Amino acid sequence: MTDASREPASPDQGSTYRLVVVNAGISDPSSTKLLADRVAQRVGAVAGEHGHRVAVTVLDLRELLPEMSQAVSSQLFGPKFTAAIEALRQADGIVASAPVYKAGPSGLFDTFFQVLDNDLLIGKPVVLAATAGTARHALVVDEQMRSMFAFLRTLVVPTSLFASTEDWQDRSLGSRIDRAALELVLLMESGFEKKLRGDGWSSYQHEFGSAGGTELGIDLGSDLMKLATGGALPPRKKG
Amino acid sequence: MQFGIFSVSDITRDPTTGVTPSESERIDAIVKIAQKTEEVGMDVFAIGEHHNPPFFSSSPTTLLAYIAATTERLLLTTSTTLITTNDPVRIAEEYAMLQHLAKGRMDLMLGRGNTGPVYPWFGQDIRQSLPLALENYNLLHRLWREDVVDWEGHFRTPLQGFTSTPRPLDDVPPFVWHGSIRTPEIAEQAAYYGDGFFANNIFWPKEHYQRLIAFYRQRFEHYGHGSQKEAIVGLGGQAYIAKNSQDAKREFRPYFNEAPVYGHGPSMEDFTEMTPLTVGSPQEVIDRTLEFREWAGDYQRQLFLMDHAGLPLATVLKQLDLLGEEVIPVLRKETEARRDPETAPAPTHERLVKAKYGEAAPRQVRPNANRGDNVTGTSPYQDTEQEPAFPAL
Repeated sequence: MTDASREPASPDQGSTYRLVVVNAGISDPSSTKLLADRVAQRVGAVAGEHGHRVAVTVLDLRELLPEMSQAVSSQLFGPKFTAAIEALRQADGIVASAPVYKAGPSGLFDTFFQVLDNDLLIGKPVVLAATAGTARHALVVDEQMRSMFAFLRTLVVPTSLFASTEDWQDRSLGSRIDRAALELVLLMESGFEKKLRGDGWSSYQHEFGSAGGTELGIDLGSDLMKLATGGALPPRKKG
Repeated sequence: MQFGIFSVSDITRDPTTGVTPSESERIDAIVKIAQKTEEVGMDVFAIGEHHNPPFFSSSPTTLLAYIAATTERLLLTTSTTLITTNDPVRIAEEYAMLQHLAKGRMDLMLGRGNTGPVYPWFGQDIRQSLPLALENYNLLHRLWREDVVDWEGHFRTPLQGFTSTPRPLDDVPPFVWHGSIRTPEIAEQAAYYGDGFFANNIFWPKEHYQRLIAFYRQRFEHYGHGSQKEAIVGLGGQAYIAKNSQDAKREFRPYFNEAPVYGHGPSMEDFTEMTPLTVGSPQEVIDRTLEFREWAGDYQRQLFLMDHAGLPLATVLKQLDLLGEEVIPVLRKETEARRDPETAPAPTHERLVKAKYGEAAPRQVRPNANRGDNVTGTSPYQDTEQEPAFPAL
């Protein structure tokens, strides 16, 4: 189902983009959250230069921890989880930021995205960011996080952000953040996600009630529906 | 409105004593639970079908036939019969046999089964589960309505001149419910044939079922079986009851915490809020159950899950006493007072016979003589128009 209730993001007259920051940092403040906030702040600034506004929603995954066990064990989403899913469903852009533990993004970060509907984030522009205590984890974003977001059919910006301890005193981190922010704004401006949902949504796999409970379209003309109503399956392909 | 019990047939360790019942003990217990269901004034008993431990119910018709023989009013059914891994020919035969022995006091609910490894044990593949279910039911539907069936499909060996025996009691097929919580094709099939639709209504928030029930009702009307209100809907539910709410919570919590499916996950408080589980006084169970019709519409059958998670037999029987004495009578009265007069009555064999024959006598089939070739031929029954082709003497 396409979401017709959303304002079209037209670059001509300026749009308000909904940016959702997903922060898996545990302490407050944490370097993971700091990195995500810097990206969000720069996205707001770049969008402003382009004549747009950005409304930021921050999801601190730590606050979902009490609801995480039931989400994992029983696919039951509590009120905070439900609100987080709704924010992501409406997001025009996402910043997802994780601390690296034991050579991978934290379990909290992975688990959160693993329990979402497969089609919740299709086509959404995403900036991926990670923090670590050592530069030896630098490829975690591209080698581990990017593959999960590829599975989720998101559009991850070309520049991945990674900050280990030494990066915080290096001005080049700031220029990479600027780059990623610009990439995200350009992708949001392109309206790619909305056009995809308008024209190509049915070509992705959906389950009844997926996409955060909005995927309620039923194709009554499918082969299975014909079978359900006393028909036969199409003949098997030979060979 | 029919009220009853449905069981998954799990054999679960009692977390308060550490004791796991033996298969034999649990099978004896389920018979007592079914008999008690009738004794306390409820209408329906349903058993699941599973083919792996820790479940015992691999052979529902055997169990239900035994229960039928030791009860008088109770309607026996399944929750569910696997329409995927069972050969539809065997379902047609076994359930028609049960229907005769139970004198019509039975129906069945079809489900797909979601345990991947079970499928290959029966020569099937879970990836084909949905088309398999749909095709198998199309065949089952014909086997109970046509004396002689020629059939060819994707999954099963073709049939030529096959007669499923015995023919349904009074030549009226058992009523079929289709159980599903998220598959529109199953709801569509139920609507197409004018069958019942059952949402298990346990373990998940009501939104999962609500949409599909609404879709089923629309399609039931679309196919001309009656209005949306006349569609045949059943719901599950889950409760643990004590005279007062605090005792119910205290008694059930250790079982909840260790239960299959939801144990070690949500808290009991969160789970009771998010799903239809009610742990409390009879009044709380009454109030919660009466809410179901507000989102599902008036419906025909309410089943409760009361015997899982390792609850010992004595506790389950006590639960059934409370349910039968303090909950069901009020629910009967209140649902009757609230239900829309347009709502269809719950399906029973007697109603189906009446609908088919009116005041006329139902068909009783008598086979033609055995021709000695062990094949029934084209007209197996004496009341069919074609003359039996006896060999010339």
